[in-house]
Amino acid sequence: MALLKVDDLKIHFPIRGGILNRKIDDVRAVDGVSFEVKQGETYGLVGESGSGKTTTGKAIMGLNNITSGDIYFEGTHLNAKKGKKVDVRRDVQMIFQDPYSSLNPRKRVLDIIAEPFRNYEKMTKKEEMFKVQELLEKVGLSSDSVYKYPHEFSGGQRQRIGVARAIALKPKLIIADEPVSALDVSVQAQVLNFLQDIQKDLNLTILFIAHDLGVIKHMCNRIGIMYRGRFVEEGLRDDIFNDPQHIYTKRLVAAIPDVDPRRREEHQSFRAQVKEEYEQSFNDYFDENGLAHSLKPVTDTHKVALPERG
Amino acid sequence: MWKFIVRRLIITMPQIVVLSLFVFILASLMPGDALSGQIDPNISRDAIDEMRERLGMNDPWYIQYKDWVVGAVQGDFGDSFRFKMPVTDLIWGRIINTFWLSLVSVIFIYAIGLPLGIISGRYNDRLIDQVITGYTYLGFATPLFIFALVTLWVFGFHFGWFPTGGSVAPGLEPGSMEYILSKLHHLLLPGLSIALIGVVGTVQYLRSEIIDTKQKDFILLARAKGAPESRVYNRHIFRNSVLPIAAFFGYEITMLISGSVFVERIYSYPGMGNLFIESILLRDYSVVTALVLLFGLAAIIGALLSDIILSIVDPRIRIK
Amino acid sequence: MIVLSKTLLEIKNLTTSFRIGEEYYAAVDDVSLELKENEVLAIVGESGSGKSATAFSIMGLHNRAKIEGEITFKGRDIANLPPSKINKIRGKEMSMIFQDPLTALNPLMEIGRQIGEVLLLHNSEMSKAKRREYSIELLDRVGIPRPDRVVDQFPHELSGGMRQRVVIAIAIANKPELLIADEPTTALDVTIQAQILDLIRELKDDLNSGVILITHDLGVVAEMADRVAVMYAGQIVELADVESLFVNPQHPYTKSLLSSVPATEYAQDRLHVIQGIVPSLQNLPREGCRFRSRIPWMDESVHEEDPKLHEISPGHHVRCTCYQHFYFPEESKEEQTNGVT
Repeated sequence: MALLKVDDLKIHFPIRGGILNRKIDDVRAVDGVSFEVKQGETYGLVGESGSGKTTTGKAIMGLNNITSGDIYFEGTHLNAKKGKKVDVRRDVQMIFQDPYSSLNPRKRVLDIIAEPFRNYEKMTKKEEMFKVQELLEKVGLSSDSVYKYPHEFSGGQRQRIGVARAIALKPKLIIADEPVSALDVSVQAQVLNFLQDIQKDLNLTILFIAHDLGVIKHMCNRIGIMYRGRFVEEGLRDDIFNDPQHIYTKRLVAAIPDVDPRRREEHQSFRAQVKEEYEQSFNDYFDENGLAHSLKPVTDTHKVALPERG
Repeated sequence: MWKFIVRRLIITMPQIVVLSLFVFILASLMPGDALSGQIDPNISRDAIDEMRERLGMNDPWYIQYKDWVVGAVQGDFGDSFRFKMPVTDLIWGRIINTFWLSLVSVIFIYAIGLPLGIISGRYNDRLIDQVITGYTYLGFATPLFIFALVTLWVFGFHFGWFPTGGSVAPGLEPGSMEYILSKLHHLLLPGLSIALIGVVGTVQYLRSEIIDTKQKDFILLARAKGAPESRVYNRHIFRNSVLPIAAFFGYEITMLISGSVFVERIYSYPGMGNLFIESILLRDYSVVTALVLLFGLAAIIGALLSDIILSIVDPRIRIK
Repeated sequence: MIVLSKTLLEIKNLTTSFRIGEEYYAAVDDVSLELKENEVLAIVGESGSGKSATAFSIMGLHNRAKIEGEITFKGRDIANLPPSKINKIRGKEMSMIFQDPLTALNPLMEIGRQIGEVLLLHNSEMSKAKRREYSIELLDRVGIPRPDRVVDQFPHELSGGMRQRVVIAIAIANKPELLIADEPTTALDVTIQAQILDLIRELKDDLNSGVILITHDLGVVAEMADRVAVMYAGQIVELADVESLFVNPQHPYTKSLLSSVPATEYAQDRLHVIQGIVPSLQNLPREGCRFRSRIPWMDESVHEEDPKLHEISPGHHVRCTCYQHFYFPEESKEEQTNGVT
C-alpha cells in the first residue's frame, strides 16, 4: 500500500471581480492530479513556476483548501468532509525553501525545534532540552547552540535547524519544498547529502518539490512532471531522463545546462530542435485549452499524458 | 479603478448605518428629551403626555429611528437646549471655522513634513537626520494640549504676537481685507501648534519609506542607466516614497478633527471641537449627538478618501 | 583563439574594500582581469567570493567603498571617476543586467518610460515620440510579443521572464560595448533561462560587445563562457579558457565546486561537500592560502607562503602550489576519519 495517495486532486482559487466582488472565474492551480508515494522512496515533483507543485505539497500538509479529490495517508482519508478530522500533522512535516525567512528570528533554536513537541507532547523542561540537543547532534550542529538565534548560523546550518524541527516528532513523510534552491552549490551539496543520510537513518519517505532537474535527478527514485496544474509525465528516474516521451518533458530535460563546454554547439542545436518540435507539435500533446491530457501507461513504471488514440 | 471606487463606496453605506444606529442608541440613553427645558413647568402631566404621543415618543424604537434618520438627512437635529436655536444653525458656523483651521493645519503639516522627511531620509544617519529624528521623538512624547498651552502662553500672552482667543477680531466687516487677515492671524498659532506635533508621524513615515526605497534594485538600475543622483532621487526615490503619504491624506483629516477638540478649547476658537466640549459640560445633548455623528462621518469619509487616492496613484491597484 | 580582437577592459590589481566599524576590509583583493571584444568572461564563485563586488566596482555602483587599482575601459581609467563622468559611460558604453527582474524595475513607471529614460539620459535631443518608437523596437528585439502594448504597461503586468527581457532591453538600448550580467537567470525557470541565455549570446554577437557573466551556476558557465575566472574569498583562484577549466580543472576549489554539482559527470552518488564555511568578510584569512582551512586533510607544506597565480599552460592560471598535491579525502581510506560536517 502506498504511504501517500493523491487521487484526482483539484485546487481552484476563485478570481473575484465586478462591482460586487463575486466569483467570476477560477485559477486552476491544481487540476486533477493523481499519484502515489511509496514507503521509503523519494518522489520528485517537478515543474516551473505556476505548475502547481507547491500548491499540491501544501494541500497534503492541509495548508490549502481542496476543491475536490482525495488524499490518503497510510490509508486514512485526510480530507474527509464528514466525521472527525484526522490529524496526521505529526506524521507529515514540511521543510521550506528559504532558511532565512522560515525561522522566526526572535526565537532561540531551542524554542524553534521544541515547538512541535510542545504542541503534541507533554514534556518537562529537562526532557525537552535533552531531546533538542539530541536532534541538533543528529543534524550535525553542536548541542550548545540551543540558546543561539537563527541569524548566528549560516544558510546551510539554518536549513539543518529547519530539518531538525521537521524530524522532531519522527514523521513518516517529509515534504521538502525547494529545500536547496536558496543555497550556494557547496551548501546545497551538504544539505542534499544530509537529507539522504537522515532518510536512511529514520526510514523516511520524502516528497521532494523542486524546479532544478539536476537536484531532482540526483535525489529521486520516481518523478512526476507538472505543467499548469496537471501531470504530463510520471516515471522512474531513468524513464524521465533517458526516455522522455512528452514534448514538455523533452523540452525541460533539454533546457538543463550541459557542464561540458565541448558539447556546447551540439547541445544548443539539440535544444533549438526540441524547441521547434515543441512549437510544431504543441496541439498534439495538449488539448484545446493548452492543458495536458490524462496520463496513460506506456510501461509498468512510465506514464505519459497523451491524447486518446482512435 | 472605477470598479474599485464604486465597490469602496458601497462598503461605506453599512458603515454609515452602523454609525447612525450607534449615535441613535447613544441619544436614546441620554436623560431628557425634546421637551426637556422647552415647556412651562405649570403645564399639566396629561398635556405633556399628549404632546409626547403627538411627537411620536411612544412609538416603537424603529419608527423613532426612522424619524430621526429622516430628520438628520434633512438637517434637523432638534434644538440646542442652551442656545435655544436649531442645532443645525448652531453647528454650521462652527463647521466652517473648524474647516479653516484644519485646512491651515494640513498645509503646515505638508509644508513642514515633506521637506523634513525627505532630508532625513536622503541623509540618513548624518547629523541633520539625527536632529530631525530627535525632533520627531520629542513631538511624539509631547501631548498636543500641553504644547498648545505653551505656545499660547509664549507667543500669545508673553510676546503678544498672536490673538489668544476667538476666530476674528470683533467689529470688522465680513468679506473685507482686514476681516480675512484677522481670520488668518487667528488661525496661524493654533494651526502651527497642531502641525508641529501632528507632523512627526508623517516625517518618520516618509523617512523610513525613503530609506527603504533607496535599497531597492530598481534604484540600482536607475544608477546603472547613468542617471545623476538628483534624478535618481527626484524621479525614482521621492516619487515612490511620497505616494504612500498621499494616501495618508484622508486619515490626516480624521486625526485633525479629533485633535481640534483640545486645541480649539485651549485657544477658545469657536469651532466644532470647542462646541463639543462646551455642550458636554452643559449637558446640551442634542448638540453632542449631532457632533458625534459628524465626527464619525468625517472619519468614514477620511478613510474613503485615502483608499480612493491610493487607487488613483498606484498603478498596481489602478490597473485591474 | 586565433582571432586577435581588441582588448576592451583591463582590470589591474583591483581591490575594493568596505568599511565595517573602524576598519576597511577588502571584498575584492588584488584582482586582475582582461576582457576582449565579443568575448564572454564568466566570474564564478559562491556568495561572499567577491564576484558581484567586482562587477559593481567596474560599474562604479558601490556607494561607500574604497576602490584601489586600475580599471581601464577603452583605454581610459574609470576607477574612481567623479559621478558626472561615470554617468556618461554607464547606460551607454557599459550597462548591467540584474539578478531579480521582479525588483529591478520601478513599479510605478510604465515600461516605455523606463526604457525611454536611458535613451533620454544619453541623447537629450531624442523626442518623446522617437523614444517611444525606439522603445517598441527594442522590446521587439528582445523577443517581447505585442511590444506596442507592452510599452504602456507597468512591470506588475508582466511575467518574470518578460520583465528580464525588459531589463535587457534597457541594457542594450544604447548599444553598449560592455555588458555585465549579474546572475541574469538565477531567478528564472529552466526553459526561460535557456531563452534568456540565447538572447544574451545573440545580442553580444550583434553588438560585438564584451560580456562579463557573474554566476554561481557552472552549467551556465559551460554554456556561455569563453574564459572563466573562479573566485574564492575575494581572490581569483583559477583563470582559464572554458574548455581547460572544465576538462582539466586544477585548483582544489574548482575541483570541489565541480564535484558538488548534482547529476553531472563530476558528481558521485554522494556529493562532495567542502568542509567548513565561507569565512565572513571580517574573518577572511589575509595571509597564506585562503582555501587552506577548507582542505584541512592536506599537509600544510603544500601551500605557498604568499600564494601567487601560476601560469601552468598558456592562459591557464592557478593560485597557490597546493593544486599540485590535491586529492579528495574520499580517495584515501585513512583520511576518511576527518569527520565531514
